Amino acid sequence: MADEKTPDAPAPKTAPQTGEATKAVAQPAAAAHAARPAPAPRPPAAPLPDLAGKTTSAASAGGAAAKAATPAAKPAAAAATRDPDDTSPLLTRRAWMGVAWGAFSAASAAALAATGRFMFPNVLNEPPQQFKAGFPTEYGMGVDERWKEKFGVWIVRTPNDLVQRSNGFFALLVTCTHLGCTPNYLSAEGKFKCPCHGSGFRAESGINFEGPAPRPLERARIVLADDGQLLIDKARKFQYELGQWTDPEAFLKI
Amino acid sequence: MAETKTIDPQESAPVRFWNWLTETQIWTSVFRHGRPNSDRNRVLVMLSNVFLHLHPVRIRKSGVKLRYTWCMGGLSFFLFLVLTFTGLLLMFYYRPTLEYAYTDIVALREHVPLGIMREMHRWGAHAMVITVWLHMFRVFMTGSYKPPREFNWSVGVIMLVLTLLLSFTGYLLPWDQLAIWAITVGSNMARATPFLGHEGPGAALLRLGDVPLIHAYDDARFALLGGSFVGEGALLRFYVLHCVGLPLGIAVLMAVHFWRVRKDGGISGPL
Repeated sequence: MADEKTPDAPAPKTAPQTGEATKAVAQPAAAAHAARPAPAPRPPAAPLPDLAGKTTSAASAGGAAAKAATPAAKPAAAAATRDPDDTSPLLTRRAWMGVAWGAFSAASAAALAATGRFMFPNVLNEPPQQFKAGFPTEYGMGVDERWKEKFGVWIVRTPNDLVQRSNGFFALLVTCTHLGCTPNYLSAEGKFKCPCHGSGFRAESGINFEGPAPRPLERARIVLADDGQLLIDKARKFQYELGQWTDPEAFLKI
Repeated sequence: MAETKTIDPQESAPVRFWNWLTETQIWTSVFRHGRPNSDRNRVLVMLSNVFLHLHPVRIRKSGVKLRYTWCMGGLSFFLFLVLTFTGLLLMFYYRPTLEYAYTDIVALREHVPLGIMREMHRWGAHAMVITVWLHMFRVFMTGSYKPPREFNWSVGVIMLVLTLLLSFTGYLLPWDQLAIWAITVGSNMARATPFLGHEGPGAALLRLGDVPLIHAYDDARFALLGGSFVGEGALLRFYVLHCVGLPLGIAVLMAVHFWRVRKDGGISGPL
């Protein structure tokens, strides 16, 4: 029978394994075990060796300090804890094993960190966050979809903004505030409608009014560049519910 | 071999051939013990075979009853094998790039004999998710998560997560609108990972002065997608995870899972 651990199995077949082992000590005449000499009685337990500076922590600063202190303070004691067959130079065999484990652990940790860093590339093949969107005169009133596909932004020109009460431009991010899908602009109904879960946003402001979206669409920074073009910066976002739409860069007054 | 059997001239040619064959070195090195017609030989068969040794040497009568196990663990494993095989076949035709991913899947139906392979993979995947859940339900209802099997329960929970991740990563690969937006929605959940997602709890605490350490370009979601939205990088990462990373992980855990069943005393019995 193999080394099966079968607690649920019927007792008679497996139980003797442990039973016989104990019996063999009591009855040396047991034939099956006679061939194998009984283990020699263990020597009395030695006092616990002093492990300071000899465990795997030897590689750490504290361990190194302890190790540095030990040979100077009591070289005799250090020599005494060497195994009789330990002929390794400089450090005891146990200390060398500590160094080896420390080095191995450090190398493993470094490899793990390198693996993690590998998942974050330095260069991204994505459209830039900031772009020039042409001159204001190129835009009529209402929602303009020309940058939706490439940069993920609607440029909206409105005669009277909900927040800033002025004629001008704002840039709406095309990311639904529910779960991140891209809504469609329905010009006939004057709204942005998300196909994923049905959220709706007013086309003239970006305010949510139907479906599960918890807050209005976000606006991006919009200013005039030096050459007079519209400059959109998606990295700078303005959220209505945080009162950020009053920011002068959230709306370009004309 | 030096000592051959004395050949009885009465024996027919097939018998003599059989006797010769079963004494060749090749045969005896593959089949290292007699036929499993005694308890001892049956045990030897189990112990000397890497696949069989994952199984218990003997099991309870109740363990083979369908009404007790529902065979849901076995079915999950069977479906995993089906998915591994059909998935391997699909890899011969599928290219995980923005240009080809969708058209390769569409073309598969008509350009390849038995393009139904893709449907088998898809339906098999749905079925595996279901059987894994039912297996968990059965194990729970029979109390088989109790000691000494609590370790194996935990291994099973990890494999459940891996199964769902396999399903999730595979969902993106057809690269149709459903796939892209489903993964957009699903991966947005990673934004809320504690400390590791840039919108998650604790992430705002990780900053050096004004510079946030966790932002949209280095958080858990970014690592998953390989970009800030579901694009080229996400498709390739999901493909690699789906075809190599996750199956490898779940296969290792399966070996542990089956072996633990044996080590914990075979399939649990009625209480």
